[in-house]
Amino acid sequence: MDQFLDTFLNWDYIWQVFPDLLKTGLVNTLILAGVSAIIGTVLGMVLAVMGLSQKVWLRWPARVYTDIFRGLPAILTILVIGQGLGTLARPLVGHNPYPLGITALSLIAAAYIGEIFRAGIQSVEKGQLEASRALGMTYTKAMLLVVIPQGVRRVLPALVNQFIALVKDSTLVYFLGFLTSQRELFRIGQDLAANTGNLSPLVAAGAVYLVITVPLTHLVNYIDKRLQAGRKVRADPGDSDLSLVNTERVSL
Amino acid sequence: MTTAVRSSSVELRDIHVSFGTLEVLRGVDLSVASGRTTCVIGPSGSGKSTLLRCVNRLQEPDSGDLLLDGTSVIHSNPDALRQRVGMVFQHFNLFGHRSVLDNIVLPLRSVKRLSKEEATAIAHARLAEVGLQDKAPYRPSALSGGQQQRVAIARALAMDPEVMLFDEATSALDPELVKGVLNLMAGLASRGLTLIVVTHEMGFARSVADEVAFMDAGRIVEQGSPDQIFDNPRSPRLQQFLSQVL
Repeated sequence: MDQFLDTFLNWDYIWQVFPDLLKTGLVNTLILAGVSAIIGTVLGMVLAVMGLSQKVWLRWPARVYTDIFRGLPAILTILVIGQGLGTLARPLVGHNPYPLGITALSLIAAAYIGEIFRAGIQSVEKGQLEASRALGMTYTKAMLLVVIPQGVRRVLPALVNQFIALVKDSTLVYFLGFLTSQRELFRIGQDLAANTGNLSPLVAAGAVYLVITVPLTHLVNYIDKRLQAGRKVRADPGDSDLSLVNTERVSL
Repeated sequence: MTTAVRSSSVELRDIHVSFGTLEVLRGVDLSVASGRTTCVIGPSGSGKSTLLRCVNRLQEPDSGDLLLDGTSVIHSNPDALRQRVGMVFQHFNLFGHRSVLDNIVLPLRSVKRLSKEEATAIAHARLAEVGLQDKAPYRPSALSGGQQQRVAIARALAMDPEVMLFDEATSALDPELVKGVLNLMAGLASRGLTLIVVTHEMGFARSVADEVAFMDAGRIVEQGSPDQIFDNPRSPRLQQFLSQVL
């Protein structure tokens, strides 16, 4: 029994791996997931708006893109982009696979996030666009100021879920072989686990993942509750809505 | 309710609209003099709403002409046209993510490019006109249907339209809330704004309209003063319709 416990709860190994996990792993995981989340969100919004366009030449590329990146295993995409584009991108990034890992994660996230946004925007009643147009707004203004803000609001829980998935998927860049200083949580845990033949470092890494993802899960629940209750009596704080619109405007 | 208004005449000429193989409007002519109120009545599916939506080109006619103040606007910029023609919908269509005040401020700022101060001042004044100044900070969903529709009317009026279109504006309201909205519309008519009102409220049509048009199957079947239409209907179709709704 002691032997069994020792293979995944060896405190010596856990203490040994912890400084690296926090100093290097956590930082890299947050960078990989965070930057991909931002790029994926911007790109996803572009895909959603394209996908909803009346124009076939806008709708089609968005459709095809989404089908491909949602249809492929993430690990395959990451390897193909990370190594395949590696030769192409060498003048730009040298032998550093880190930016390529972020690129791959972003492209995958964009496909999923684009579908989330598209569903949200489509769920906004047609009357909202009509009323905006009837007031003299152009299609673009009506979408930016009225339809998209409401659509995005409805899918915020799904969006945060996607961010959680992204944190977990960031482990897959493991296969691109980063430098010691670029290692994310899983890789650091896995390296020491391989060296020692003991799973405790991975358990420690897992604990750090949970520290990131569990609060996000609760954020989803919180937003969900706010969306259901918060639309009653509340004065509009004014420009808070615009901040959302502005980030999207960059993407359009 | 005493502000002077600038209103315009509206003329629709031989308007045709088809959805696929379904002919919704089969050559409709309608002219409404400046400052007058025309009510459009008729059974569901007769094309009333489609006709109304042609006036601000939310529905683009397949053929025909649209004149505002004597000038054709069928090929002009639709956004410019819509600044001159306000519309109120059956389901209010207030912006759910914005406060009541911001519902009025947003189009003033984004379409008319007014400053925040100007737009806010206008919005407060328009809300006061419809008796809802104290609702300014609330979300639309916190208001009753009747209040929401009054906000929608205030929002349309804030743009200073020359013509107002009402698309069954009271059909989604609880019966006890209908009167407040109808009174507000009657007030606009007496102020000299040009109104085109698609309605099932025959009492309103009789007492407020200058002219009533009866539509059936994509055509205006009969048109005249409320007295003519309601007391001396000539066409059998209108007689039959009135016998069912009155």
